[in-house]
Amino acid sequence: MGAGQDVGRSCILVSIAGKNVMLDCGMHMGFNDDRRFPDFSYITQNGRLTDFLDCVIISHFHLDHCGALPYFSEMVGYDGPIYMTHPTQAICPILLEDYRKIAVDKKGEANFFTSQMIKDCMKKVVAVHLHQTVQVDDELEIKAYYAGHVLGAAMFQIKVGSESVVYTGDYNMTPDRHLGAAWVDKCRPSLLISESTYATTIRDSKRCRERDFLKKVHETVERGGKVLIPVFALGRAQELCILLETFWERMNLKVPIYFSTGLTEKANHYYKLFITWTNQKIRKTFVQRNMFEFKHIKAFDRAFADNPGPMVVFATPGMLHAGQSLQIFRKWAGNEKNMVIMPGYCVQGTVGHKILSGQRKLEMEGRQVLEVKMQVEYMSFSAHADAKGIMQLVGQAEPDSVLLVHGEAKKMEFLRQKIEQEFRVSCYMPANGETVTLPTSPSIPVGISLGLLKREMAQGLLPEAKKLRLLHGTLIMKDSSFRLVSSEQALKELGLAEHQLRFTCRVHLQDTRKEQEMALRVYSHLKSTLQGHCVQHLPDGSVTVESILIQAAAHSEDPGTKVLLVSWTYQDEELGSFLTALLKKGLPQTPS
Amino acid sequence: MVPGKTTLPMMPLGRGARRKNSQLPRRSRRQPAETGRRFLDLRSGEVDIKHPKVRHETVLPVRAPNLTMQYPQVQINHHYARLWTGHDFYPQFPSFATCSKELKECSGHVFVDSVPEFCLPETELIDLSTVDVILISNYHCMMALPYITEHTGFTGTVYATEPTVQIGRLLMEELVNFIERVPKAQSASLWKNKDIQRLLPSPLKDAVEVSTWRRCYTMQEVNSALSKIQLVGYSQKIELFGAVQVTPLSSGYALGSSNWIIQSHYEKVSYVSGSSLLTTHPQPMDQTSLKNSDVLVLTGLTQIPTANPDGMVGEFCSNLALTVRNGGNVLVPCYPSGVIYDLLECLYQYIDSAGLSSIPFYFISPVANSSLEFSQIFAEWLCHNKQSKVYLPEPPFPHAELIQTNKLKHYPSIHGDFSNDFRQPCVVFTGHPSLRFGDVVHFMELWGKSSLNTVIFTEPDFSYLEALAPYQPLAMKCIYCPIDTRLNFIQVSKLLKEVQPLHVVCPEQYTQPPPAQSHRMDLMIDCQPPPMSYRRAEVLALPFKRRYEKIEIMPEPPPRPAQPTSGKKRKRVSDDVPDCQVLKPLLSGSIPVEQFVQTLEKHGFSDIKVEDTAKGHIVLLQEAETLIQIEEDSTHIICDNDEMLRVRLRDLVLKFLQKF
Repeated sequence: MGAGQDVGRSCILVSIAGKNVMLDCGMHMGFNDDRRFPDFSYITQNGRLTDFLDCVIISHFHLDHCGALPYFSEMVGYDGPIYMTHPTQAICPILLEDYRKIAVDKKGEANFFTSQMIKDCMKKVVAVHLHQTVQVDDELEIKAYYAGHVLGAAMFQIKVGSESVVYTGDYNMTPDRHLGAAWVDKCRPSLLISESTYATTIRDSKRCRERDFLKKVHETVERGGKVLIPVFALGRAQELCILLETFWERMNLKVPIYFSTGLTEKANHYYKLFITWTNQKIRKTFVQRNMFEFKHIKAFDRAFADNPGPMVVFATPGMLHAGQSLQIFRKWAGNEKNMVIMPGYCVQGTVGHKILSGQRKLEMEGRQVLEVKMQVEYMSFSAHADAKGIMQLVGQAEPDSVLLVHGEAKKMEFLRQKIEQEFRVSCYMPANGETVTLPTSPSIPVGISLGLLKREMAQGLLPEAKKLRLLHGTLIMKDSSFRLVSSEQALKELGLAEHQLRFTCRVHLQDTRKEQEMALRVYSHLKSTLQGHCVQHLPDGSVTVESILIQAAAHSEDPGTKVLLVSWTYQDEELGSFLTALLKKGLPQTPS
Repeated sequence: MVPGKTTLPMMPLGRGARRKNSQLPRRSRRQPAETGRRFLDLRSGEVDIKHPKVRHETVLPVRAPNLTMQYPQVQINHHYARLWTGHDFYPQFPSFATCSKELKECSGHVFVDSVPEFCLPETELIDLSTVDVILISNYHCMMALPYITEHTGFTGTVYATEPTVQIGRLLMEELVNFIERVPKAQSASLWKNKDIQRLLPSPLKDAVEVSTWRRCYTMQEVNSALSKIQLVGYSQKIELFGAVQVTPLSSGYALGSSNWIIQSHYEKVSYVSGSSLLTTHPQPMDQTSLKNSDVLVLTGLTQIPTANPDGMVGEFCSNLALTVRNGGNVLVPCYPSGVIYDLLECLYQYIDSAGLSSIPFYFISPVANSSLEFSQIFAEWLCHNKQSKVYLPEPPFPHAELIQTNKLKHYPSIHGDFSNDFRQPCVVFTGHPSLRFGDVVHFMELWGKSSLNTVIFTEPDFSYLEALAPYQPLAMKCIYCPIDTRLNFIQVSKLLKEVQPLHVVCPEQYTQPPPAQSHRMDLMIDCQPPPMSYRRAEVLALPFKRRYEKIEIMPEPPPRPAQPTSGKKRKRVSDDVPDCQVLKPLLSGSIPVEQFVQTLEKHGFSDIKVEDTAKGHIVLLQEAETLIQIEEDSTHIICDNDEMLRVRLRDLVLKFLQKF
């Protein structure tokens, strides 16, 4: 429904073992029309979404993953549970409100979701802890893993019985200055749905990129230029702030650094309170020094943009598609001394994307043309996994198959081939609206009664791990529990009587000896032939082999013929019919 | 007010595992504050689970405070998974000693003069190197961990939640810091001689296993021990060797405190330790997940079943206000984390209305700052109210505001900045609550002589009379407001009614009223069936029977084995003795005679004669000299040795029967 061979509007519907889960509910920054939100009529044409969906999972607070949520839950109508992590739950409504303000107050859009809708929508949210197994219902369980990317970003495992899907959301496999690396255990999902923003990129070392960034910023301010860094209030902003803060301190620079929007202070506060979600180093030292309390970075005022002299400004939003960053960009774009550094990915259709693709004349609202003379730099500080990272995650999770989303078709195709080659698993990359069906071979867990298992073991065959073996029992399916029990127990539980089927065969032998003697001969013959079987001669003159009874009798008409009556039950059929055949051949002559 | 702990039920497990003789040491008043040498006793309660081969019953060898559970396992891979839960610790002091140099007398009591020592958890019954897993219930229950991970050959994994580890570290750090401030003198050892100890007055002579007592660990050992802990979250399912799954659940008692579920596919054991149903700062107790337990091990109930925590908090506040208004100082001996957060919150709401806003509050501990900071970052582990504050975003605990407005100040020790800022009258929170070491000793010496001052005991772990003994005679007021939020007996019965375990296992002390209040039949566990109790070094067999084990079956039926009795293969069978291991199905149902005869006719049998008998019918096939007896539950085919005929008849009979 979204993010198929595309970045933006992440929204994926997964049907797994009869359960329907919607992953993310994002908006597309490149569109301002209907295409901005996913088309939820894909989910169900008739009937309420609540009846069709078992749950909705939001991976992190970026708007391309949660921007359509109030529209989906309040305007289309969904009342089921929405799962996300605590930091996401905390930050998501703020970004949604921000988004709403820009759309409604600035652009004057009608029929947009309201503040109240955001609040009502957030009431449906259930917060999850990392690694907590959340039982959505009796069969469906979900579990969150750390994803890096931004504060509170998580990957989710969705599991029903033996089938499972892991959805990565956006993730980062290398720890950065404030977040740790994504991690998933070897959970062997049936399907791994991975983002692939940087499917073809293998990024150079982080240190180089950072040095490069600092050098560019430093050079620009040295020659009196202004640096604009469009960022989203939460995420890269904090990373780059930490970077600049430490650099300013080391170099003892005095050029002012500003951070736009009132969100920032609040944002940093969130980072302080959710410090358990940041990386090891920050967590360890936060008591002595909280990395999110900046000395050099001050709040920005709109009037500062016209101040003379060098400055560095972090402004939102990050793709230059609206708001303060775009305003500042317009003011500064004409001066070649200035520089704009795009630290993240820009969606098609945004100003950010246009200037990055080399466009220097931009048509703005009202047919104005803006000439861009300032330097435009792109620096990948996006906390997405690169090709190497994606391969690493596939290796970690060991999925049966992989599905790529959140990337560009061409790049995906390259990665798809690489994954299929290296891991020998099938890899899919559906476009929006396309359905991929995956066959699974379900395992059927059943409870085996201990009695039956022990009988099996008593046969001397020790079970071997991972080796199939055949065993006879009765499967009782009751409600949703499957139990394998011995036939006797099954009959007993079902209140059925056993029906005994018995055979008695007459074996005629030419022999004039007495019955007793005859029985004795049968006994010694069988005893020597059937080694390893329990052959007994009973006091009443009959012979038993296991549970098979053999009696010798005189023939009613012919005294020279003796009749052996061999009697056995259906369960001993093999041995019984073997014995009759054996006895039919006659008895060996006694050595005399 | 409850005079001393000896009146309370004895609890060999959990933090409350207090033995009859666990009285506080008495300290010679003549001892300089920081050089007093005392004993500490460190206890533990643990659960040990392992998998022997096939066993029908679960055996629970229990010894107080150690608890070993044997978990039978029919798995092929005979993995061992032994678990320890609830590592418990609390200091315990002998109160008397004899060898002249080691013993000091004060106000008629005799004390041992030594470096503080700790009693280790029971280790004789278990070889710790064979233990695979230790489960930690809460930060009070892990104080013995360094002794086990560093000195016993233990190589397994320890599981605990993040707040438990972080705050546990703070508690250990404070302890190590306090002990290190005491000059390193020789440990007293002569009094431990059994022949001498026997002659000592009561509290000392009853001290247990004095020979195993150890000196405190170092910070290095603490760090090494903590590095062996694997962090887990509530409701996280942790697979152990594919044999057992363990899951921590919120227990509502402290930040990150957990109860544990230990389950195989068909058996479930719950370990409930240090739980609370009261609304304080931690996330509420998860009761629903405890349902359907075969066995529930219950421990760590409140030490003070007769005291209501809410009432105690009120008493605490009013006594504090009264003292301060009269110009006196208040001393609150406490741990650096836990109840102190709740007390500060109460005071935050109380001080303005009580006109105390100008009174300084001091929190003195080497980990005071860390404790206050850490409390603010575990939002996910807090109760709903506090959690939602973080969304604003505001710090969850109001002590942030107390610090900001300079009403609450914290210091690592009484030295340094504190001595400059110190103003009286004031309120001081500091440790150690045993009054045997830490900065509290200094304040006892400083304020003990004036009746204007008050010491308020809030921690339930120590008898305040014992704690105060070496400081006697004292002029200062002593108030005992023990705040223990753990389950009391009323809450326990409510809980047990709610979760309905098949069997409850608990220390013997919980099954009878406290000795000093033998009429209080309400101060014991009351449930049906009656709880199974255990005593120290007792082995308990649990009555739960294993009936099922999990396997996986293939979705497709297996290929049919070749039918050895089918005509063509007869030859082979007659040569080899058949393998009678192959089980034939059991049959059920009955054969309707008329239809059976019709079927026989359809298959070419003629000359059929049916005779009625008492129990059924006899079908005679005269031509084939065959007789078939049919009764309700049995069929008997008697024929000549004609295998073809027999098989044909068998198949016709089977058509009427169900196979199992």
